[in-house]
Amino acid sequence: MKFTIQINTGPYTHQASDSAYRFTQAAIDAGHSIHRVFFYHDGVNNATEYSVPPQDDRNLQQLWSELATEHNLDMIVCVAAAQRRGILDENESKKNGKNGVNIAPGFEISGLGQLIEGGVQSDRLVVFGD
Amino acid sequence: MSNTKTFVYINRKAPYGTVYALESLEVVLIGAAFEQNVKLIFMDDGVFQLTRGQDPEGIGMKNFSKTYAALGDYDINQIYIDQQSLDDRGLTIDDLQALVYEDEDDDWNEKSSIHLVNREQLSDIIESADVLLNF
Amino acid sequence: MPTLHTVNKSAFERNSLESCLSVCKTDASVLLFEDAVVSGLQNTTVSNQITQAAGSGIKLYALSEDLKARGLSEERVMPEITLVDYPGFVKLTVENDRVQNWL
Repeated sequence: MKFTIQINTGPYTHQASDSAYRFTQAAIDAGHSIHRVFFYHDGVNNATEYSVPPQDDRNLQQLWSELATEHNLDMIVCVAAAQRRGILDENESKKNGKNGVNIAPGFEISGLGQLIEGGVQSDRLVVFGD
Repeated sequence: MSNTKTFVYINRKAPYGTVYALESLEVVLIGAAFEQNVKLIFMDDGVFQLTRGQDPEGIGMKNFSKTYAALGDYDINQIYIDQQSLDDRGLTIDDLQALVYEDEDDDWNEKSSIHLVNREQLSDIIESADVLLNF
Repeated sequence: MPTLHTVNKSAFERNSLESCLSVCKTDASVLLFEDAVVSGLQNTTVSNQITQAAGSGIKLYALSEDLKARGLSEERVMPEITLVDYPGFVKLTVENDRVQNWL
């Protein structure tokens, strides 16, 4: 079965990103395919490479990036939500005259249409948030 | 078209205190380009999204409430408002803005997009969904 | 055409469980996870709602990992509620036709 996963909250304040990560992994383990993981609202904050949690805590950005590499996941960060919250790829950074690029490996900035397309193409949409 | 699905948007939060009401509207408008069957539910505090006379200037935010009136132009005319949520909050339908569309199948007559529903009808609408988006 | 409803907030803090149950069909499943697992404990102010829902045919589940994390043992959960783990959560989304997430 084909899933799209939506994540609405950033890491560490809410459990949503942790839950979504565990759900996604369990779905993959059960042999399902993940059509897309869509990061929306504050959920875009999962995509910053500049996060440096203490060593004895989990690093959610890293966990997602690794999962993406391992399973070739399509992890999309909503562009409008990302711009508001300072999540930039090289293109966005240059376009807006900023100095840094902080989007982590495996994440890609794209439009809200990708969420709708995920809904159209997938068998199930599962949303995690506040 | 085999790729047409029914998208049901469930709006349960008041506007301005969180971004969800605004974002829901964004997704609905962008989603309109995908030509899916779209239904909007307003329940719980979501009914406050449609109150008349919103003026967020004093809190430094944009007034997006006027955009709801444009939904009809995007062929989004299945709007369901939970009567019980209105009752629980001391509101009546007259506290909410009117939302209309022009019915192209009926000589472009202007009709109301709003349907007042009870919880049983809401459960049928949820059941009719292929995709449920929550805000 | 059953629906899986997920609830992630405590019923002592928000009305999402109440709203969820008020629109649930009798063949629906409801999964309590994250903070919502506390809503499934015995002898609470929402126990009646859960008993009533179960009596009408609604199937109720709670995520065991979230209960365990909060120090809540299985014995404290209402007998109407079945515990599932993450693979069980995935299975519920597959067995039902759609997922309604009460955020």
